[in-house]
Amino acid sequence: MGSSSSSIDNIPNAQEIMQETGFSAAHLLRLYERFQFLDRDQTGKLRPEDFGALRELAMNPIGDRIIGAFFSPGQETVDFPSFVRILAHFRPTDSNRTREGPQQEPANSRTRKLKFAFQLYDQDRDGKISRAELLQVLRAMLGLQVTEEQLQSIAERAIQEADLDKDDAISFDEFRKSLEKVNIEHKMSIRFLR
Amino acid sequence: MAALWTLSLLFSTCLGCLGLTPPAELPQPHNQPPSLDFNSSDGGLSVDLPMALRVFSVDYHHVQAPFEIVLWIMLASLAKLGFHWSGRVPAVVPESCLLIMVGLLVGGVIYGVRHSAPPTLSADAFFLFLLPPIVLDAGYFLPGRLFFENLGTILWYAVLGTLWNVLGIGLSLYGVCVLAQSSLGDVSLLHCLLFGSLIAAVDPVAVLSVFQEMHVNEQLHILVFGESLLNDAVTVVLYKLFESFLRLPSVSGLDVLLGGCRVVVVGLGGLFVGLFFGLVAALTSRFTSRAQVIAPLFVFLYSYLSYLTSEMLHLSGIMAIVTCAVTMKQYVEANVSERSNTSIQYFLKMWSSVSETLIFIFLGVSTIQDVHMWSWPFVCSTLLLCLVWRATGVLLLTAVVNKLRRNAVTFRDQFIIAYGGLRGAICFSLVFLIDDFPKKRLFITTTIVVILFTVFVQGMTIKPLVELLDVKRKKRALPTVSEEIHSRLIDHLLAGIEDVVGYWGQHYWKDKFEQFNKKYLRRFLIREDHQARSSILRVYQELERREQRGEEEAPPIVDPRSHSRPLLPEEMDSIRRILSRNLQNFNNKQMPAYSRHTLHQDTTTGKTRRPLHRHQSLGERYTCNTITHWSQEDREFDGSHRVRAGLSRSHTVCSISPRPILQDSSIPAASAQTGPADPKSSAAREDRISPQHQIPVGRAPKKHLSFVLENEK
Repeated sequence: MGSSSSSIDNIPNAQEIMQETGFSAAHLLRLYERFQFLDRDQTGKLRPEDFGALRELAMNPIGDRIIGAFFSPGQETVDFPSFVRILAHFRPTDSNRTREGPQQEPANSRTRKLKFAFQLYDQDRDGKISRAELLQVLRAMLGLQVTEEQLQSIAERAIQEADLDKDDAISFDEFRKSLEKVNIEHKMSIRFLR
Repeated sequence: MAALWTLSLLFSTCLGCLGLTPPAELPQPHNQPPSLDFNSSDGGLSVDLPMALRVFSVDYHHVQAPFEIVLWIMLASLAKLGFHWSGRVPAVVPESCLLIMVGLLVGGVIYGVRHSAPPTLSADAFFLFLLPPIVLDAGYFLPGRLFFENLGTILWYAVLGTLWNVLGIGLSLYGVCVLAQSSLGDVSLLHCLLFGSLIAAVDPVAVLSVFQEMHVNEQLHILVFGESLLNDAVTVVLYKLFESFLRLPSVSGLDVLLGGCRVVVVGLGGLFVGLFFGLVAALTSRFTSRAQVIAPLFVFLYSYLSYLTSEMLHLSGIMAIVTCAVTMKQYVEANVSERSNTSIQYFLKMWSSVSETLIFIFLGVSTIQDVHMWSWPFVCSTLLLCLVWRATGVLLLTAVVNKLRRNAVTFRDQFIIAYGGLRGAICFSLVFLIDDFPKKRLFITTTIVVILFTVFVQGMTIKPLVELLDVKRKKRALPTVSEEIHSRLIDHLLAGIEDVVGYWGQHYWKDKFEQFNKKYLRRFLIREDHQARSSILRVYQELERREQRGEEEAPPIVDPRSHSRPLLPEEMDSIRRILSRNLQNFNNKQMPAYSRHTLHQDTTTGKTRRPLHRHQSLGERYTCNTITHWSQEDREFDGSHRVRAGLSRSHTVCSISPRPILQDSSIPAASAQTGPADPKSSAAREDRISPQHQIPVGRAPKKHLSFVLENEK
């Protein structure tokens, strides 16, 4: 972790970030230290290689997609505020938070969490998970365990279940609907980030 | 309906008559360890022709023991049957209550006939024969993921809650005894604590039977049920502890400390014994491909062995058997054939059902006893204290644990947990095992009263109360494939984010275990050709399996291994039918297999009859499906089917039933969609599967069903 004794003042725009994302000062500090740890050449920005240095993440089937999610389309680096904003999605949902901050939905609302997961599938950002995109993810997750036909049938089945308007792709609303029984707020939260 | 009741009454009188002893021998005095069987030594009746050959003789004595056991089981089963036939009664009165009432009736009859106490449930018979099947069944069908997610809470309730209850009830009862010095003065503190330890424990049998009737949400179910399973460790230790304290001249602080250590040892010891046997069972099941018929036997043998071993070592047998079942389940299911899996599940359900029925009937019978000692203050205060302490315990513990949980246990849930703490046969057996002392009769009577009260009053009223409080009902749907896929994605995502953040969370451990599992355990414990499975695939297959069972005509998948040559076409046929059925209607008829009474949920009994009926007629002409799209290929298979029909009965479990005509429009669509994938897939498949699978290339549309084939191998 960070070798220098950093305080909250060292972080630029700390207050705004805290307000926007809802992190407490302690957490923000912790994330800043982690950011500095990942940023090995101390440029103040992270590059995909920095993420790739995490061994477990490299072995994660969807690791590259997760890393990609941190980077906005077209950008090569990610700075600390963006880093925190992405991680804000994984804060536990607090039901009785008073919204003093921005009027838009907080980052850790159910919809935003689902949107994040949706974008892991939807790499071309067309707002739909096509069959090919679904197959890519399935292939990554299931690996060499299954044959091609099995993948096809599973993808087929998944699309059949979710696809209500029969356009052979899963839109965000259909995605959200198919997950309505799953407790996303619980599943997609890292508790210590409260 | 009425006929069945009279039939069971007939049986009970039959048993009563059998209890008639000839004046030659008196029935045994009651304070000897009671035994399961009648102790009548009935001489043989015979038609005596002086010094000639006996043409007709009755030698009851020869078959007495098994005969009586069978009659008891028969009575239990008929009572259960009658219960299910009796219309609206099951909705109001839980099965356990009715069974106890039948037991009371039978006990009364026997008492009236013999004028002495009927046989009671011996502790040995209960702990060694009746309890293991129930716990094994519970462990095997335990929803694993849910259980481990809530494990902390469950342990919290089980360990701390039980301790709270035991100490609370024990100490308060001692206070009552002190207050009622006149009648209860000779009950010491240790006795009260001992009594507290056995009466405080929630009983898995009773809880299961009542919660089965009502469908609460899964989380609540697993909390109550998990607690009732895990508190066995604490109960056993405390009971034995207080018992040995009673025998010691004095108790020191060191002894108490050692007692505390014992709890940990007993619990963990049971766990490890279970783990060991579970892994050995998984390994054994790997090699059962050549003798599939006995594969289910290993499951039962190893589980029972784990139970007996831990009982021998004075560890927690319940924990051992549950751990064994949970451990070996995924490997065994991967290794053995589909039919063996079904056998295992069916036998588990059957045995646990019989056990449970017998337990409740014997509870009823044992209530009719010669000597009951009654004491109003003791009994009433026990009842009251049980309720009060449990309620306060649950409230306090939940208040603490809610801060750490994501899904808080709501007040309504807490009420159900507190009110659903039923006591059952475990308390009953434990109270019989106490060393004799003057007030033992009182303890027995009180235990019976508490059990009857909790089972009847709490068992009957919990359902209306639940409806009143509007507990979140368990949603009856299985996770769909989409959910499973997306959940998996989210799990990976969270693991990745945790890596980024540098935090070891719940996902981290789950991922680590899965990696360990995949790398070492699965490779070692699962047959090579069955190793290619992931949970999504398993869910998919499981869904298919369940749908095919839950459908109106529910044929089990024909096992191809029973034939000398690979009969892929028929199997493809049935699989095709299954899949096309899936493609038709996948949303309905999804139900969990976690039901006490049925393996697959058949909404009417009529539906179960048809596959069974078909079972009789193996030689019957194979009536093919009516999917017109593939019907011409079906006719090719007719010949081979008839060949198969002639094979020995021990291998085939038949029943392929006709299905209603499905809409054909979607079937061509389905096959058309998978069409493009097939030319590539055929080549890929040939590489990956062993040479046994020789699928002619022409059958392209059916190839995507091959994974079920691999399951069958």
